[in-house]
Amino acid sequence: MARRIEIKDLDIHYGRFCAVRGVTLSVPARSVTAFIGPSGCGKSSVLRTLNRMHEVVPGARVEGNVLLDGEDIYARDIDPVAVRRTVGMVFQRPNPFPTMSIYDNVAAGLKLDKRRLKRSELDDVVLRSLRAANLWDEVRDRLHKPGASLSGGQQQRLCIARAIAVEPDVLLMDEPCSALDPISTLAIEDLIGSLKERYTIVIVTHNMQQAARVSDRTAFFTLAGVGQPGELVEDGDTQQIFGNPRDRRTEDYISGRFG
Amino acid sequence: MNATLGARRRAADRTATVLITGCFLLGLVPLVWLLYTVASKGWHMVVTSEWWLQSQRGVGFRDPGGGALHAIVGTAEQVALCAAISVPVGLLVGVYLVEYGRGTFARVTSFAVDVLTGIPSIVAALFVYAVAITTLGGQRAGWLVSLALVVLMLPVIVRSTEEMLRLVPDELREASYALGVPKWKTVVKVVVPTAFSGLVTGVLLGVARVAGETAPLLILVGYASGMNTDLFAGFQASLPGMINDQFVNLGSGGQAYGLDANGNRVPIHNFAPDRLWGAALTLIVIVLVLNLVARLAGRRART
Amino acid sequence: MAARVRVAAPEAAPAPDPAPVPPLRLTGSGTARADRLFAAVTRGAGGFVVVLVLLVAGFLAVKAAPALRVDRVNFLTSRTWDVAGHRFGIVDMLWATVTVSAVAMVIALPLAVGVALFITQYAPRRLARPVAHVVDLLAAIPSIVYGIWGILVLAPLLRPVQDALGSAHWIPLFGNEGYSTGTIFDGGVVLAVMILPIITAVARDVFERTPVAHLEAARALGATRWETIRLTVLPHGRSGIVSGAMLGLGRALGETVALYLILSKPPAGPFSPSLFAGGETFASKIASNAAEFSTPTQTGAYLAAGLVLFALTFVVNAVARWIARRGDAA
Repeated sequence: MARRIEIKDLDIHYGRFCAVRGVTLSVPARSVTAFIGPSGCGKSSVLRTLNRMHEVVPGARVEGNVLLDGEDIYARDIDPVAVRRTVGMVFQRPNPFPTMSIYDNVAAGLKLDKRRLKRSELDDVVLRSLRAANLWDEVRDRLHKPGASLSGGQQQRLCIARAIAVEPDVLLMDEPCSALDPISTLAIEDLIGSLKERYTIVIVTHNMQQAARVSDRTAFFTLAGVGQPGELVEDGDTQQIFGNPRDRRTEDYISGRFG
Repeated sequence: MNATLGARRRAADRTATVLITGCFLLGLVPLVWLLYTVASKGWHMVVTSEWWLQSQRGVGFRDPGGGALHAIVGTAEQVALCAAISVPVGLLVGVYLVEYGRGTFARVTSFAVDVLTGIPSIVAALFVYAVAITTLGGQRAGWLVSLALVVLMLPVIVRSTEEMLRLVPDELREASYALGVPKWKTVVKVVVPTAFSGLVTGVLLGVARVAGETAPLLILVGYASGMNTDLFAGFQASLPGMINDQFVNLGSGGQAYGLDANGNRVPIHNFAPDRLWGAALTLIVIVLVLNLVARLAGRRART
Repeated sequence: MAARVRVAAPEAAPAPDPAPVPPLRLTGSGTARADRLFAAVTRGAGGFVVVLVLLVAGFLAVKAAPALRVDRVNFLTSRTWDVAGHRFGIVDMLWATVTVSAVAMVIALPLAVGVALFITQYAPRRLARPVAHVVDLLAAIPSIVYGIWGILVLAPLLRPVQDALGSAHWIPLFGNEGYSTGTIFDGGVVLAVMILPIITAVARDVFERTPVAHLEAARALGATRWETIRLTVLPHGRSGIVSGAMLGLGRALGETVALYLILSKPPAGPFSPSLFAGGETFASKIASNAAEFSTPTQTGAYLAAGLVLFALTFVVNAVARWIARRGDAA
C-alpha cells in the first residue's frame, strides 16, 4: 500500500549545528524519487528523517513536518517504532544480522514483532520476500546458511528482502549500491524498477547515471559551503532535472562542473 | 670516525636486543617454575580417585587419605552464587553504559565501575563484614564470601560487556530499528546475540578471577574439613581455604615421630604438603581451563 | 531446507491490490512503555553500582569512626598497633605496604617494559600472540598459589641475594635484622612476578599503537632497531608505561593473601627501615587478625586501616586512569 510523502519546511539540527534547512518536497506514491547532491548536502539526513531514523543519533532533532498520506509522523502521539514499520530502510553497506541464517534474516522483522506467526505463514513471507528481492533462486537450497556467507550484492538483496518482509508502505534506500560491483548494482537497479509497483521508493545516490536510470523524480540538494546547512535546490521529473534544470547550481552539478 | 660510530651503534643495538630478550626470558621463568613446582608436587594427589570423591573429615595431617571434594564443592557454590548475582547485574550495567548511557549519570556510573575495579579484595571483604556481621549481626558463612566476590567480579563483567557491545557495529542496530523493532528488543535479540561469545569470555574470565580469591575467606567464613553444602550456615571449605588450612599444618609436621609396633621411634610423614600442592594444582587447573575456554570463545567472537 | 518452505502458488508478489488503502497506524502500541521499562532497569543496575561504591566507602567510614574517636595515639603518626589497648597507629603498616610495593615496582617495571618490547618489536609475528597469552596466564594464577610458591620455593633461594645486598648493611634499607625468609624483600619479589603481566599488558597495548608512519620515518633515517624504539616507541608509549605502572602499583598495594603467607610478623621493637626484615601491610594485617574482630571498636580499627588502603589504591588507580586518558587524547 504505497503512500505519498510530503515534507514541509523541514530543518535538521545536530546539536547546535544546522545540517539542513527549509526543505519542502512531495514524493508521490508508487514512484522512485532520487535524492542527489554533493557530500554533506544533507540528502541522507533528509532521508533518515522520513522514518525517524535520525533520532538514533544523540542530539539530532527536526523542525517542520513530514506527512505520510497526510498524517504527520512527528505528531505527539506517534510511535517512531510504528513509523519504521511502515517506512522501511536499506543501508549503504549490506548489514545482514551475522548471528542469523538467510531465512532468519528475512524473518527477523516479523519474529521480533509482538505478533506470533505460524511457521507456515513465516515460510510464506520469506519465500515471497526473497522472490520479490530477486534472490530466491540463488539461495533456495541454502536458506539456513548464515546471511554473511552471501556475496555483497546478494547480501544487499537479502537486506531488501528483510525490509519488505515486514510489508512497509515506503522503502528508503541510502546509497544502496555504493559498496557493490557493477553487476550487483545492475541487479539492484532492476529490482528497484520492479519494487516501485508496490512501494514508494526514495533513494539517495551519489551516482547521477543511476539516478537517471532508476528514478521517476529527482531532488537536487546542495550546500553553500562547508559548515553551511544543506538545502533543496529543486525537484521535478527526472527527465526535466537532467535535461532542463531550472537552477544554475543543478546544471553545474549535473554537467560535472561542481566538486 | 664513521666506522667507529657505526660500530658503537651496532653494539648498542645488539646490547639492547640481548637485554630485551633477556627480560622476556626472565619474565617467563617464574611462570614455568611455578607451574612446574605445583604440578610436580601436586600431581600424585590429583591422580587418585579419592582426591575427587572424599573430604578431609576426620583426616589429620598425619593420616593418609581424604580428598578435596568438600573444597571443590564449596568453591563451586560460592562462585556460582557470586556469578548468579554479578552476571545479570554486570550485563545490565554494560548494556546501560553502551546503549543508553549519556550525560552525568552515565559518567558517574562509569566512574563507580572504575572505583570498583581498583578495590582490593580485603577491602571488599571488610565491607561485607561491616554490613552483614558488625551491623546486622549475622554469622560468618559461605554466602558472605559470595557477596564479597560480587564486589570483585562485577566490574570485570561490566568492562568486558562494554567492550564487547561496542564491537557490535551500529549498522546492525540501525538495521533492526529500520525494521520497526523497538530498542530494547534490538538490544536483547540482535546486539547481545551478536556479542554473545565475547560476553561468555568475559563471564568466564570473571569466574576465573574470583575462584582463586582468598582474602574474603579469611574473615568471612571458617574452614571446615568436612563437606558442608549449606552456603548459609556453618563453616565451609573452598580450594583456597584448603590451601591456607594445609599451610597452617605445615609447621606441625616437621620432626614429628611416632612409635611403631615394636616401640621404636619412627618419623611420621606429614601429609599437609601433599594436600597443599594438590589443592593448589586443582585450583590452577580449574582457573587455567576457564581461561583457555574463555580465550577460545573469544577467538570465535572475533571471526 | 527449501522443502520446509511450502507454498502453493508459484506467483511471487501478489498482484497490485485494487482494495482501498487501509488506514495508517502510527500511534503507540505499547512498545514505548516496554522500551522505557527496559531502559529504567539498565539504569537501575547502573545505580546499583553507584550505590555499592558509596556503601563501601560509607560503611567503612561510619564503622571506623568510633574506633578513631577512642584512639589513644595518633592514627597517622604512631607506630603502635595495640587493639586491646585502643592504640591504633598505622605507620608500620604504611611503611611495609609502601616498601614492599616499591621493591615490586623496581623489579617489575623495567622487566615488564622489556617483555612488552620483546612481544611487540622483536618476537616474530606468529610467535607474538601466543607469547602474549602466556604472559597473560601469569595474571590468572591465584595469589594464594603465588604465596605458597613464594614462601616455600622462591624465598629460600633468595637468601644469597639477600646476603649479597646485606653486605652493604650500612645502607639502612639493607640492614640485617636476623631474618632468613619472610622479609619485605621476599614479598616484593613475589609481588613483582604478580604485577608483571598487568604492566606488560598495558605497555604492550600502547607499543602496538605506535604510528606506523613514525616507525617508518625512523627506519628511513637508517636507525637501528634499538634507535627506532628509543626514538619512536618509547616516547609514544610513555603514558602507557606510567599508567600501567600505576595499575600494577594499585594491585601491589592491595595484595593480601600472597603477603599474608610470605611476610613474617615482626616482634615489637624499634623501628627498622630494612627490606630484610619482616612486616605487615594493611591488607595482610587485616587478614591475619580476623580473630580480633570481637568488639565494634576493635573491628573499627581494622576498618579504619582498610579505609586507608581503599583511599590509597583509589588515588593510585585514579592517577593511572587520568594518565591513560591524557595519553589517549594526545
